[in-house]
Amino acid sequence: MADVRITETGFDPLAELARFNAAHRSAGGIVSFLGQVREESGDVEALELRQYAAMTLPGMTALAQMTERRWPLIGLLLLHRYGVMHPGDPIVLVAAAARHRRDAFEAADFAMDHLKSESWFWKREKTAGGWRWVEPRSGDHADLARWRA
Amino acid sequence: MTARLVFLGRLEDLAGVPEMDVEPGMLATVLTKLDPALAVELLSERVRLALNGRLLGEAGDVVLAAGDELAFLPPVSGG
Repeated sequence: MADVRITETGFDPLAELARFNAAHRSAGGIVSFLGQVREESGDVEALELRQYAAMTLPGMTALAQMTERRWPLIGLLLLHRYGVMHPGDPIVLVAAAARHRRDAFEAADFAMDHLKSESWFWKREKTAGGWRWVEPRSGDHADLARWRA
Repeated sequence: MTARLVFLGRLEDLAGVPEMDVEPGMLATVLTKLDPALAVELLSERVRLALNGRLLGEAGDVVLAAGDELAFLPPVSGG
């Protein structure tokens, strides 16, 4: 049973992983990915992720189910931040627990690629000039295409 | 009882509001009552529509009933 959450108030990645690891003692391997707000040399002061309650969490739950159908997992965590964030803040944490490491690596990679390019989040950045919406990155769609072969 | 339009991402800035209550009816009729510049953006092929949380294939003949929520979703840029 996957643990899928969104939070506006931030999260502690180490505490989340410690809890996840402890809950899946039969796993031989746990792979995790942490995405954080990049420190830019430019003048980005903050970024904001907006979500849409009717679709964002339901979409992530469907992604978790798709991931669990594709790999034999013992546990799966999808945790995504929304709201206003600053450089260094954690944005997303994905963890996959499996008997064998290969399944855990691939499941975490798959879930992260889909979270990045298919989840219902919209990003804007704050600079000295004010807030500006960010367009999607074409590389995200190339990452996604790897799984459609 | 009204229907509701929800504007996500940059569409919220264009609309000036995150959501708007409208009279139920055909979407085409609803859109004629909006700022034309906004209506054009809402009908862009890059904008997807979701009715009550479910993605629509075609915007063409959407009819809004009382209590419906129609969301306009520009390309996502998450994570």
